[in-house]
Amino acid sequence: MNHVNFNVLIPLILYFIGVFVIGFYSMKFVSKASQSEGEENGFLSEYLAGGRDLGGFVLAMTLVTTYLSAGSFIGGPGAAYTFGMAWVFLAMSQMPTGYFTLAVLGKKFAIVARKINAVTITDFIRARYKSDALVMICSLSIVAFFIAAMGAQWIGAARLIEGSVGISYQSALIFFAITVLMYTTIGGFRAVALTDTLQGIIMTIGTIALFVATIHAGGGISSVVQKMYQINPGLITPYSIKEGFATKAWVTSFWILVGFAVVGLPSVGMRAMSYKDTKSLKKGIIYGTIVSIILILGMHLIGAFGIAVVPGIDSGDLVVPTITTKLFPAWIAGIILAGPLAAVMSTVDSQLLIVVGAIVNDVYSNYINPKAKKDSKRMAKMSFVSTIVVGILVFVTAFNPPPIMVWLNLYANAGLISTFLWPIILGLYWKGANTKGAFASIITGVGSYILFSKIWERPLGMHTIVLPLALSLIAFIIVSLCTEKPSKEVIKLFWGV
Amino acid sequence: MEEFKKEDFVEDPRYKQCNKEALMGIGLGILNLIWWYAWGYGLGSTSPEKYTYVFGLPMWFFMSCIVGAILFSGLTIVMVTKFFKDMHLDKMDEDEI
Repeated sequence: MNHVNFNVLIPLILYFIGVFVIGFYSMKFVSKASQSEGEENGFLSEYLAGGRDLGGFVLAMTLVTTYLSAGSFIGGPGAAYTFGMAWVFLAMSQMPTGYFTLAVLGKKFAIVARKINAVTITDFIRARYKSDALVMICSLSIVAFFIAAMGAQWIGAARLIEGSVGISYQSALIFFAITVLMYTTIGGFRAVALTDTLQGIIMTIGTIALFVATIHAGGGISSVVQKMYQINPGLITPYSIKEGFATKAWVTSFWILVGFAVVGLPSVGMRAMSYKDTKSLKKGIIYGTIVSIILILGMHLIGAFGIAVVPGIDSGDLVVPTITTKLFPAWIAGIILAGPLAAVMSTVDSQLLIVVGAIVNDVYSNYINPKAKKDSKRMAKMSFVSTIVVGILVFVTAFNPPPIMVWLNLYANAGLISTFLWPIILGLYWKGANTKGAFASIITGVGSYILFSKIWERPLGMHTIVLPLALSLIAFIIVSLCTEKPSKEVIKLFWGV
Repeated sequence: MEEFKKEDFVEDPRYKQCNKEALMGIGLGILNLIWWYAWGYGLGSTSPEKYTYVFGLPMWFFMSCIVGAILFSGLTIVMVTKFFKDMHLDKMDEDEI
């Protein structure tokens, strides 16, 4: 910990420079948009949605990398190291993520977003349900849950730099925070999407290199699997090593949590409204599916095979860094370890922008200063300032996490999914969905999730999220059917030509 | 607004195709789940001494996850290129209707 490892530090610095270059390139578009006058949402449409200009490859990469976070590169392989093939099997429940999100929200979401000029998910909620209270709940849950989730991700990133480079946790955190804040603030969504693409490429190359090296070091797949069998036969079954842990119902229910319900995450949904045309969407679905499968399968297999190559690691979380430094010369290890760091960066940069969107677009320009919408310069200033303020808040959280943040982070993904999933899907596909139904679904979903996670961790043997999602769907439908239909203007705006 | 009738309201003609594509996405997702579950638990539930292996991997894992990954990437490509239609995403003009 006392000496700095330059072999790792130098590739990391080069990589950070690449990220800055993209930030400055995107800044041109942002500053052009901040000069545009009179146009409704001229600035925010560039800053929060990249001018709806994403091509297919960039769309795929930004979707996949935003969704795959530190969990898929550190925690996931770590669990596969401990639990064996069963955890790889479980992780493959993410197979549909690439096509499912984009096909289900699909063109309709993009068409509606253009009709109502939406640049955030909350814009969509506001236009569809016409309720200030609902907008406030959505904005608040975005700000609270995402700041907590980002805090946790930043901690992970700083630990990773600390461990591999050998600088102190505090310097690592500052190093990381300044980079992310810089390119996100100056370049907005376009910089985020383009850096995500660079990061996705690095992650893919790193995963493939590490996968091949791991198999090679273990003497071929056959010998690795036989070693796993000798260590514990449970490592090569879908039931894992402990009785009653990886049960059929529990493992299968991950298809709901990480495969299908991901549609409800605002950072994922945002991507479904920012692509350029239907050709980009097609390419995005194809590339997204292939890249996400390579990354998920590759990283988790590396973790599972790791036990045959580097047995006896104390914490599974260390399996990827340990294999990397063992199998590669230091400077290549630096490049490969940039992969997980890239995964964290590409997740937090999008979350940062979502929070800024909630503050500037959903609250400030709708309620505090409605005239500002057409004043691009003013919106630009507000956006830059709030990006930096939110960044500092996250930094403080990561520096010394307050208990409330730890608690919020625990509920972040599930809380966001239970808030947004049904209001988005039903709002988009069911004319009968109304405001009261949306309220009922959010209250039922979030409430029952918090309750179940305390008293009934595996309802009916499944992951905690499944039953609350089902209950909130039922609540939405029943309440919508029992109360007055949405106004004809809303239906005409959303469904008419 | 009382005289607002069903006939006044022309539904965006693009939505029919959009809904179809969304249903296809859901269908493919469910097929994917069934494939994964059937091979994984179908072959993986016997005791590990009796496992057969392909390319060194247990058969259950090979069929469920490796073949599944390749097959469903392929099906995704077929779905998108054969059944997804190109269309404008912007607001429609009067004459397009």
